[in-house]
Amino acid sequence: MSDALRSPLHDRHVALGATLVPFAGWEMPVRYSGDISEHTAVRTAAGLFDLSHMGEVAVRGADAAAFLEHALVGRISAVALGGAKYSMMCTPEGGVVDDLIVYRRDWDHFVVVANAANKDVVLAELEVRLAGFDADVEDISAEIALIAVQGPRAEGIVARMCARGADDIVAMRYYSAVNVLLEGDIHAFVARTGYTGEDGFELFVNAADATAVWDLALAAGEGDGIVPCGLSSRDTLRLEAGMPLYGQELSRDLTPFDAGLGRVVVFGTPAKPRGDFVGRDALLKVKAAGPERTLVGLVGDGRRAARAGYAVLDAEGAEVGEVTSGAPSPTLGRPIAMAYVPPALAEPGTVVGIDVRGRREDMTVVALPFYSRAS
Amino acid sequence: MSNIPDELAYSAEHEWVAGDPEAGGVVTVGITEHAAQALGDIVYVEAPRVGDTVVAGEVCGELESTKAVSELYSPVSGTVTAVNEGLESSPETIGSDAYGEGWIYKVELSETPADLLDAEAYAATIA
Repeated sequence: MSDALRSPLHDRHVALGATLVPFAGWEMPVRYSGDISEHTAVRTAAGLFDLSHMGEVAVRGADAAAFLEHALVGRISAVALGGAKYSMMCTPEGGVVDDLIVYRRDWDHFVVVANAANKDVVLAELEVRLAGFDADVEDISAEIALIAVQGPRAEGIVARMCARGADDIVAMRYYSAVNVLLEGDIHAFVARTGYTGEDGFELFVNAADATAVWDLALAAGEGDGIVPCGLSSRDTLRLEAGMPLYGQELSRDLTPFDAGLGRVVVFGTPAKPRGDFVGRDALLKVKAAGPERTLVGLVGDGRRAARAGYAVLDAEGAEVGEVTSGAPSPTLGRPIAMAYVPPALAEPGTVVGIDVRGRREDMTVVALPFYSRAS
Repeated sequence: MSNIPDELAYSAEHEWVAGDPEAGGVVTVGITEHAAQALGDIVYVEAPRVGDTVVAGEVCGELESTKAVSELYSPVSGTVTAVNEGLESSPETIGSDAYGEGWIYKVELSETPADLLDAEAYAATIA
């Protein structure tokens, strides 16, 4: 993988015996000790993730909020200082360019975190959509390392990593962010966000501090049983939590409404208006017309898992939809999947067939998510 | 480097063969530690059934791990005489004891296998 980009934590992964794989142009750990043990660690204690492949774009300027509210589908101006919002960038036709999280660091300063595979596209689109706004856009991905601590023990672990700010870590709400000083005089912007369905934190630090922060997390979490976790467990964790993965549940051919995420599209009301945004007219029509397909959760009683791309079959065996993601669920002990089906087959309890490599396996529609953490 | 017992024979597709690989003999087949490690946590094994004919170099089953599904190739030709029933409930045994309790099936050979490798030759293929 000589062309692939390497994380600032590459040497740590190699030393830990990680299996490295190409991912969105990067060389990233798919697993360290085992997929199921890493997944279980996040559900019961804590997992440590290197997310340095994700893209970070800084947006600054007097019009930063108004610009992002135009470029994205959500009411970005309503994000409070230190707040975070899950949102999407859409095409003028309403197709999804990327799903992303927007953090408000100051009145005129936001950070947009995009999927690794979409960073260049998101950056280019933001630059095009900037016209007429007093703001600028900067790709800060190369300067940033992103390390996540996820799991029921994450709060205590991250608090212990702090020289200043431990109280903020404990008190902060989910989907908020604070600046802290970690041991070793390391500045970190810490968000209480994640992709696992557990409590957790995502630490944005300078790339030069990445190894120190990684080591600090392992030391602070040793007593709680923190383990390094790779892309494989990351995928089964987010699948159990019913969270979409761009390229599978989301694409340019799909709208937020198809994916059951119409809530991220804010059209505004006469009482609370909101400016024009890219895709507005098309998305209004989609919302009015109703979806042609619905994203559902599926659970199986058999042993063979449905996988991305497998056909969904009706009772007569006709192909009516497609599986977008699927895997054996470590927490449920059964195969789970997400799939696009006709709205008529979307009612929980409906049984559909999946063509699993030539044999039909039945799966039952369930409401998402498959798993929710205890509050 | 994973363990590669000297007394076994191997295929290029990462299966091991134990017993006397000559026509009429019965051998035991499994997958190597190298293959088991590459697969990760195995959650389901689809092995051939007793009485099935297997053909050397052809797919005879599947191994499903959390991340992916891999085809199981037969290293030998013949008739399946036994299948490891324990893998139904404990597929992870392949990962924990690939050469012992993780055996997958036994075959009564219809011909002497031509392409099996010894431990040294197999080690060279995965080096």
